[in-house]
Amino acid sequence: MSEQAVIQADNLSLTFQTNDGPVHALKDVNLTINKGDFVSFIGPSGCGKTTFLRVMADLEQPTGGAISVNGMTPEAARKARAYGYVFQAAGLYPWRTIEKNVRLPLEIMGYSKAEMVTRVAQALELVELTGFEKKFPWQLSGGMQQRASIARALAFDADLLLMDEPFGALDEIVRDHLNEQLLDLWKRTGKTICFVTHSIPEAVYLSTKIVVMSPRPGRVTDVIESPLPKDRPLDIRESKDFLDIAHRVREGLRAGHGDE
Amino acid sequence: MRRFWHSAGPVLTIVAAILLGWYVLAVILNMPWTLDRMERAGESLSFTERVADTWAQDKPRLPAPHQILVELYDTVIDKKITSKRSLVYHSWVTLVPTVAGFALGSLLGILLAVGIVHDRTMDMSVMPWVIASQAVPIVAIAPMIIVVLNAVGISGLLPKAIIAMYLSFFPVVVGMVKGFRTPDRMELDQMRTWSANKWQTFWSLRWPSSVRFLFPSMKIAISASLVGTIVAELPTGAVAGLGARLLGGSYYGQTIQIWSALVMASLLAALLVMAVGMAERITMKAMGMAR
Repeated sequence: MSEQAVIQADNLSLTFQTNDGPVHALKDVNLTINKGDFVSFIGPSGCGKTTFLRVMADLEQPTGGAISVNGMTPEAARKARAYGYVFQAAGLYPWRTIEKNVRLPLEIMGYSKAEMVTRVAQALELVELTGFEKKFPWQLSGGMQQRASIARALAFDADLLLMDEPFGALDEIVRDHLNEQLLDLWKRTGKTICFVTHSIPEAVYLSTKIVVMSPRPGRVTDVIESPLPKDRPLDIRESKDFLDIAHRVREGLRAGHGDE
Repeated sequence: MRRFWHSAGPVLTIVAAILLGWYVLAVILNMPWTLDRMERAGESLSFTERVADTWAQDKPRLPAPHQILVELYDTVIDKKITSKRSLVYHSWVTLVPTVAGFALGSLLGILLAVGIVHDRTMDMSVMPWVIASQAVPIVAIAPMIIVVLNAVGISGLLPKAIIAMYLSFFPVVVGMVKGFRTPDRMELDQMRTWSANKWQTFWSLRWPSSVRFLFPSMKIAISASLVGTIVAELPTGAVAGLGARLLGGSYYGQTIQIWSALVMASLLAALLVMAVGMAERITMKAMGMAR
């Protein structure tokens, strides 16, 4: 089991030193994420869910405890291109076409021309953007732009996908659609996905594992293994199992809030 | 017709107002000389004759617009371009160092901005000097630059271009430092997740992000460069160039010549700024950022 752990965090802590004194963004977080898991991190703002994701990505340095990504330090994992990171905003370059945006990480990583062409085509196909290669970002809707940014994170074939509230800025209808597509993509590619959200239905619908977090200090209050099947039509959200999990998540969030 | 008036109307109105004001001012400023001459000749002119005289003097304090136009016609269209009296010739003499100085200044400005953005020491130390350099009046520095360069055997185009560069690098540094710093935290983090090095971050993110700042800075730089070249032509006893025309005009009280050189200089500035604007439109279109 442990050899399959993609993320392993032991007593992980991160304290920011600010002018108003230390802020405990993460405190004693223990978590194991296995290969192929779809893990959602949910909690109120300030609970450290984004910070945790950024620690995995080597964008923040922990101040205590240990974390490994694919059995390596986050820095080694980043350099080994172990993960793709999708930010809250699509962050596409306005001077590059969709195709060239998806190509950018490949250019930086020094792939050959031929390989770039196939990989870009594959990535765009995965997010159903085939046919939009030559469009510029501003010619696409917000949802399509976010899909392009997911394609960009997929292009170099990392097994781990880190997503920081990628659909947070989109309306609910687009969001439902993208959630379905993301699940489909996860099933087809078998990637491990870490997904930060503040929406309970989104977390329950997508995840095999839900990590509930609470703020000040940021820590994990509950880890829920979802009993939902891998195949999830949208209307699973009205099933009893779904509502039960959602209830437990809500309880967890409330409990975390209670002892503040 | 209505549409024409709608777009051109305001412009034409302002132009008409300026011309009217100009003629009135010419009457006021040139009248003393007309009266003086009238008195000495013992003539008595009617009011209309006096006014007409203020608009037709050889060396008026303020030449009337049509006098400048006639002079421009004489020196731009009638004279052969190769003639020393052709304004086209003088404009060309000024244009070459202007463009050279602008190119050097833009390059220097961009290089300094790259250094300031990437190196902490440069960030802390260069900017105050850049600002101080612009606080020194260029008329004070220009003769020294020319004397020093002459002493080491450099004369002609290069001293003028260097003075033009001295004025034109400044807006480019300021604009490009701002431009190179437009990528936000998220965009830089994104580059880090791809383990991009500084160089890759510069070429694929910072440089294209700064293009929006480059062209407006270059528009200011090219007109500053023209001013720099003209100033460089003033103290050096240059025999050609718009600056030399201005200086020559003021030695001999040729106000009409001074004004026609001024008009030519502003036309040249307008053309240069338009050329940069055109380069901007082409670049933006090529980058897909023009809508």
